[in-house]
Amino acid sequence: MKTIVELDAARDRYVTRHEAFLNNRSEAAWLRQLRVQAIERFAALGFPGTRHEEWKYTDVRPIAAFENSDAPSLNGNTTTEKWALEGAHLLVFVGGKFSPTLSHIGELPAGVTVCSLAEALSRDSEIVQQNLARYASFENEAFPALNTAYFEDGAFIHVPQNLVVETPIHLLFLTPDGAVSQPRNLLLIGDNSQITIVEEYANKNGVGAGFTNSVTEVSAGKNAHLDHYKITTEGAAAFHVGTMQVQQDRDCVFSSHSVTFGGKIVRHQANAIMGGSGIETTLNGLYVGGEDQLIDNHTVMDHAEPHCASHEVYAGVLAGRSHGVFNGKIFVRLDAQKTDAKQSNRTLLLSREAEIDAKPQLEIFADDVKCTHGATIGQLDDDALFYLRARGINEHDARDILTYAFANDILERVQIAPLRERLEKALFEKLQSIR
Amino acid sequence: MQEKPVILEIRDLHARIEDKEILRGINLTVRAGETHAIMGLNGSGKSTLAQVLAGREEYKVTQGEVLYKGENLLDMAPDERAQKGVFLAFQYPVEIPGVNTSYFLRAALNSIRKSRGEEEMDATEFLKLVRQKMGLVELDKSFLSRSINEGFSGGEKKRFEIFQMAVLEPALGILDETDSGLDIDALRVVAQGVNALKSDENAFVVVTHYQRLLNYIVPDFVHILMEGRIVQTGDKQLAIDLDATGYKELQEAAR
Repeated sequence: MKTIVELDAARDRYVTRHEAFLNNRSEAAWLRQLRVQAIERFAALGFPGTRHEEWKYTDVRPIAAFENSDAPSLNGNTTTEKWALEGAHLLVFVGGKFSPTLSHIGELPAGVTVCSLAEALSRDSEIVQQNLARYASFENEAFPALNTAYFEDGAFIHVPQNLVVETPIHLLFLTPDGAVSQPRNLLLIGDNSQITIVEEYANKNGVGAGFTNSVTEVSAGKNAHLDHYKITTEGAAAFHVGTMQVQQDRDCVFSSHSVTFGGKIVRHQANAIMGGSGIETTLNGLYVGGEDQLIDNHTVMDHAEPHCASHEVYAGVLAGRSHGVFNGKIFVRLDAQKTDAKQSNRTLLLSREAEIDAKPQLEIFADDVKCTHGATIGQLDDDALFYLRARGINEHDARDILTYAFANDILERVQIAPLRERLEKALFEKLQSIR
Repeated sequence: MQEKPVILEIRDLHARIEDKEILRGINLTVRAGETHAIMGLNGSGKSTLAQVLAGREEYKVTQGEVLYKGENLLDMAPDERAQKGVFLAFQYPVEIPGVNTSYFLRAALNSIRKSRGEEEMDATEFLKLVRQKMGLVELDKSFLSRSINEGFSGGEKKRFEIFQMAVLEPALGILDETDSGLDIDALRVVAQGVNALKSDENAFVVVTHYQRLLNYIVPDFVHILMEGRIVQTGDKQLAIDLDATGYKELQEAAR
């Protein structure tokens, strides 16, 4: 009972404040209407309790109760050197708002738009109106509903058809202590176009005591190629709920790699709908948790059409009292013949108290398909440990080498060399800190 | 002539795995410059002996002692044994995906050097050493960018073991059925590698099923292991006789 009371109180707080939020903004009527619908849905749904099947292992009470402090440290000097990706276009958001001074967007092919969503909205862009909230439904999802009601900014990327953006776009979201930020990203990639996007969440300062509720909507056209990375390295006190909704058209190739090292409670929801034939979708992930971190990955591969392939590998390393959740849904609709879906989830538990709840969930309605899934949970391999020690490597180092290799399997798939190198270094440091 | 120093001394060694006693009183003295072959049927305890010497924790020593250069070997952790110069060429080398062979071997070499108070070897120096040693066992340099034993053929795995031994230069090399499953060409390459490493300072214990290997790695002593004990010791002729008559006769004679 207490849980419900707490969650309801938090819901009411957001609902009550919404009118004032709207009145402070001068927005187009369509957007205003969208926000009103969203807050109404949020009011009806409320924050999910652990009785909700999709939130069984993730208690959001601390997230719901978190309040914007009076003065989140939005100002002060910030350098972004630490996160630099050489050569990439950089868009920095502090507390969910675009920072032109920290950002630098280089030259882009003619016709390509890369800007903040607030800027795109201020131009009253028709394409934004047509696409915003079209993919990420808030009908039954409380966090996307809340985000739709309250978002202020985020990234807007539009690549018309037949264009290749060679240089990666780096979206860097810095969360200041004490801030609630709800960034909204809209990524529209046209037919035959190609782009690489890095979506990174880190904390600006302190321990990252903030709450980020992000929504990223992706629409990828026919034969489009999109490589996406989501990096979450917020501090030990951060709350992060992120939703990515991907809509793919035929022959599109989409891949996303999600890497999570930071945060106290982190929930990623990644959903891909294969809405045409010949699509290839990859959702991979690495998460490393220590102390009392909770890292929850929920994925959906929705095979709606025939001849599509999906690949999914998630690896987790959990130490201390950390808790991992993996839920991987694969839907193969009635028409989706010749589907080839592969899913694997591997978890390494480094302590007795660490815990993983892994649930592959396959719902197959077509009859001529190939679907495989596997989940392994375990400790380091004794034979491998002995082999390294028998060559003179001490036990401590041997364990480190094997743990690193287990996790690095995912990082090796990162195609952007400077990002991969930075993540390898971060992985090494993270593993040192949790052992 | 002065006797060479003793490298390994095994006295009345008994060992078991779970409830099964496998070694029942092994006695063996190995001096510098010597090569000892240990032969026996499956289950006679050959591989157990090799594993016990390397420090595999599943095997419990219940009686006896093992001295390595005068020190109690059984008190040492597996990595300490390796640092002091004991090397086991595994019967079944372990595949370790994601751990690069070159990184691994340099980490091994440097932890051995560090334990001896020597300077760590830098990447350039290491590469030079590795190139030179690879030739010994005819390994291609593409091995350096692969993961440990991952996707290696049976013969490649065994050659990789000998290559590691060549880089780490142990004082005591224990080969656990390194010849099993090798064709004659691979066998020659492996034997060549071992022979090139032999010196007056080190010693080898070669555990094998087949006499054939001993045509290429010529032993000074051949020991026949049966039911956890050495029942007969001779020179290389013993292995040849054994190959002709078989273990059965020997078994009967022993009774």
